Amino acid sequence: MLLNQFLVLAAILFSIGVYGVLARRNAVLVLMSIELILNAVNINLVAFSAMTGNIAGEVFALFVIAVAAAEVGIGLAIVLLMYRNRHNIDLNEADLMRG
Amino acid sequence: MSAAAVLADIDWHVEQQVFFYLIATTQVVAAWRVVTTKNIVHAALYLVVVLAGVAAQFILLGAEFIASTQVLVYIGAVIVLFLFGIMLTQARIGAENDLDQPNRLPAVLTAGLLAILTVSTVIRTFEDVELPDNSRTTTASVSDSIFSDYIIAFEAVSVLLLAALIGAIVVARKD
Repeated sequence: MLLNQFLVLAAILFSIGVYGVLARRNAVLVLMSIELILNAVNINLVAFSAMTGNIAGEVFALFVIAVAAAEVGIGLAIVLLMYRNRHNIDLNEADLMRG
Repeated sequence: MSAAAVLADIDWHVEQQVFFYLIATTQVVAAWRVVTTKNIVHAALYLVVVLAGVAAQFILLGAEFIASTQVLVYIGAVIVLFLFGIMLTQARIGAENDLDQPNRLPAVLTAGLLAILTVSTVIRTFEDVELPDNSRTTTASVSDSIFSDYIIAFEAVSVLLLAALIGAIVVARKD
């Protein structure tokens, strides 16, 4: 198999994730798009690990998975707090600190 | 010829390619649905398809432990967390119209340019680099690496998870 097919797949998934982060305004959906981005990066890490035969890529992918799990936990707690205070999770209305 | 000899004669590259493109197409379509669907629960379920596809790609790359971790952590835990988040923020059942920004042109431009840039760069840099035929890594080798070279990073991640756990409880607590 070519290395390229994995890298191109990851690049496309990454771009779709970036589109989701920019185009969505529901906070939960933005978090889902961030998961897409992190998974695209993981494909890259594991593909390069397979190409070089160096196991470090896979270890890093594991760390990314762990950090992503922590990120989702904290992110959803913040979204929940936002919902409790404002009764919606529209990111366009969270503009308290806008100058 | 015995069955084992028949199996040994098959050129597995074709099957790998077929499955790669099948899974990759499914993934891209599902990922597109995650960022465009009007039903927030459907977005979470399409995300399951993408994450399962990523696990399958890890299997194709011979990374068995990462693949099983992907299934356990993402499909098992993160998706359930998302569904809880959706339920607790009382999303409407059915389609909603206010999930997207009113003006999506900047998002389309940014993502499109990023896709063109990354895909063209990757294709030109790694034109026909082949992956080694037998790139399989065992769980034992991954754990050897984690618990020797990366032990400090591993401990830091465990502290981070504990901090995230406590932080999430403190932030979301009612009082």
